[in-house]
Amino acid sequence: MTQKIDQDHSRFRKIVRGKIKQNLRKYITQGELVGRQGKDKISVPLPQIEVPRFRYGQKNQGGVGQGPGNEGDPLSPGEEQPGQGPAGNQPGEHVLEVEVTFEELAEILGEELELPRIEPKGRKTLTTRKERFTSIRLTGPESLRHFKRTFKRALRRQIAMGVYNPDRPVIIPVREDKRYRSWKVEYLPETNAVIIYIMDVSGSMGDEQKEIVRIESFWIDTWLRSQYDGIESRYIIHDATAKEVDRDTFFRTRESGGTMISSAYKLCAKMIEEEYPASEWNIYPFHFSDGDNWSVDDTGLCIKLLREEILPASNIFCYGQVESPYGSGQFLKDLKDHFSEEEDTLVTSEIKGRDAIVDSIRTFLSKGR
Amino acid sequence: MMLPPYLYDIQREIEGYARGYGLDFYEQVFEILDYKTMNEVAAYGGFPTRYPHWRFGMEYEQLSKSYAYGLSKIYEMVINNDPCYAYLLEGNSLVDQKLVIAHVCAHNDFFKNNYYFSKTNRKMIDEMANHATRIRRHMERVGVDRVENFIDVCYSIDNLVDPMSMFIQREPMPKPRARDEEEERPRQFKLKAKSYMDKYINPPTVEEAGPKPDEEEKVEIRKFPVRPQRDVLKFLIDHAPLDPWQQDLLEIVREEAYYYAPQGMTKIMNEGWASYWHSKIMTQKALTDAEVIDYADHASGVLGGSRSLNPYKIGIELFRHIEERWNTGRFGKEWDECDDLAAKRNWDRKLGLGREKIFQVRSIYNDVMFIDEFFTEDFCREQLFYTFGWNERTERWEIQSRQYQQIKGQLLSMLTNGSNPHIEVEDANFENRGELLLRHRHEGVDLRVDWARDTLSNLYKVWRRPVNIATTLEEKSKILSFDGKAHQERAGTP
Repeated sequence: MTQKIDQDHSRFRKIVRGKIKQNLRKYITQGELVGRQGKDKISVPLPQIEVPRFRYGQKNQGGVGQGPGNEGDPLSPGEEQPGQGPAGNQPGEHVLEVEVTFEELAEILGEELELPRIEPKGRKTLTTRKERFTSIRLTGPESLRHFKRTFKRALRRQIAMGVYNPDRPVIIPVREDKRYRSWKVEYLPETNAVIIYIMDVSGSMGDEQKEIVRIESFWIDTWLRSQYDGIESRYIIHDATAKEVDRDTFFRTRESGGTMISSAYKLCAKMIEEEYPASEWNIYPFHFSDGDNWSVDDTGLCIKLLREEILPASNIFCYGQVESPYGSGQFLKDLKDHFSEEEDTLVTSEIKGRDAIVDSIRTFLSKGR
Repeated sequence: MMLPPYLYDIQREIEGYARGYGLDFYEQVFEILDYKTMNEVAAYGGFPTRYPHWRFGMEYEQLSKSYAYGLSKIYEMVINNDPCYAYLLEGNSLVDQKLVIAHVCAHNDFFKNNYYFSKTNRKMIDEMANHATRIRRHMERVGVDRVENFIDVCYSIDNLVDPMSMFIQREPMPKPRARDEEEERPRQFKLKAKSYMDKYINPPTVEEAGPKPDEEEKVEIRKFPVRPQRDVLKFLIDHAPLDPWQQDLLEIVREEAYYYAPQGMTKIMNEGWASYWHSKIMTQKALTDAEVIDYADHASGVLGGSRSLNPYKIGIELFRHIEERWNTGRFGKEWDECDDLAAKRNWDRKLGLGREKIFQVRSIYNDVMFIDEFFTEDFCREQLFYTFGWNERTERWEIQSRQYQQIKGQLLSMLTNGSNPHIEVEDANFENRGELLLRHRHEGVDLRVDWARDTLSNLYKVWRRPVNIATTLEEKSKILSFDGKAHQERAGTP
């Protein structure tokens, strides 16, 4: 059902996104809903626009509260909002804490960035058999006997036969009473997906650059996980040579030395060929680099690998170039030169800093593939 | 959605109890809303038909997000209108619905009988719809963006009203002197003449050339407005060079601000009154045995919770305190002058005036007066009130004081003028250049300067001449100005 408020709401969203009414942009305050996911704190943005008025400055005014305690005692967290006085004091400075699950997070991300839901590539016929214990049978192995149902049947029978004595409630199941759990076969459409993260860890990638990659891949992970049931992640790091690592190492390693991107692409292509046949898998390689490659020849090799092996197999291949003080950024230009706009399996994005992460995620995922 | 029959019966039943206690309310129309519609209506300030504006969308987003994460839930909404409309949330338990209906009866009674609501428009549902129609029409004529931008401007100054002005009959402003009056002025340069000779002996040109009018005008220069005017919006509507549609928008915003003002002025009393009565009606009449636990659960949710100031809690406790005092006769000269603590503790004159007193209080008080008169030292101590503030040294919020005077002072300063600074129009011909001068009557807290500047920019869009505000910043008198291009700050006169 559409509501009248939808129009106002979408107008507000547009202002927040900066599409209309730029003059209000500076009044947007980033309120947030804060949640926890394990150890990590997650905040869900709750932007507000506070139109300026003649108002008192804040100056930690304090307020009036009620409860036990002596002068000088600290207030417990959560009570310290001076804005909570009556008669509409300053709104919008509360920090609200909520539990947010990954699904909700992904949903919010999708909503914020207007991401389309992903259409898995065309193999809807592929199904898996799954056995689920959802039904009951009269026969079966004792190990699967349904205790509760069995005794219920027995009780019913005893009451019907008039042998049940409430004062001495002894229930003895006989063979006819026994009930066994049984399974039904369900056919589920299968969607397998794998994300292959590739990161350049050569000397020119500093901590800040890695942090950007980390944040971005976290959000990509969250989104793709919400779209596929079973999803695998693989991590490849490379400098002049490439190797597969676990998640932790992926984000921590700092190597030095040269950069040969082709080494990583070779490994990636090999991985796809051996483990993830393109007919059965949705494949998402993400490559993050500062765009410095060793030689023109190597770049040529990369392009060949991409065109012949990786791109045909992938749903989408994303190249994110993180700006670093050392990198030349040449690789992005090379990619753009060799791949025309129509070949939209390849998506590139330039990440100039933390602020650009959101836009970059949008570029990568807005294709809906 | 209309009320289902079983709730309708409950409504009749509870209204009966409420009338039995002497509550006097407008006819009530209840509707059941699902949470989405509830959030929508709440975002519109209680009215299903409002003009389109993004800030309602912002409200809506906030309400629905915090509902979705289980942080808040709107149980009910009451509209000050005749008949009184009230919305119930679909899916509330039956106990909750009963409670809410009782609560609504008391709110409704408060709207109808409290003095500060006496000037509000009781056909506001229709009025709001009319406003929406008018604004939509302006949007069609001059364009959505222009109208919306101007609403933003109005919205930025909509706290510059004077809620008390509704109750004050001021002398009418002296009218600017009309032409015919001028002619009646005694003409001192007149030579004696018979009427038919007059125009020859005293030709009009001589009169005009006379030195008199000039001098006279100098004396005539007066300040405008003659007295500072607190209803800045009204002043702008009357005197700013606005297009008719802009004037209309400003009038709408002002009208709505005045409609909502009494609710801000009586928040504590209104919620306290409603809570007092729902608890009375529920515990004495409407509850069945099976519902007691649910009821207690709900009541503790609304009245308990965090230690920060809860208008429901302080309101209901104060009403109970007043009732207790007037029942036992703990007021008046005798009580005040009694120094014997033991006698005070057992004081009971068996007057039984409590009920009568609280009805009187609900009729003629507002929050400021309510706290000022009935927030007694005893009450303050019993209810464990304190003030808190930020301690710079320990970098944490701390309980600052349990001193009665400080607590009361803090409470009153929070309530006065709804925490809005006191601002009035001082001069509409400032510097003799048609500039607008507002004055902020400084009461200890400075204005937020960056916002004040931006508000001036908005005001400029209304006044279309340079605008100034005289205020005090860090104990120095200042005038902030905006001339359409740049902001200025200079020393001012206090």
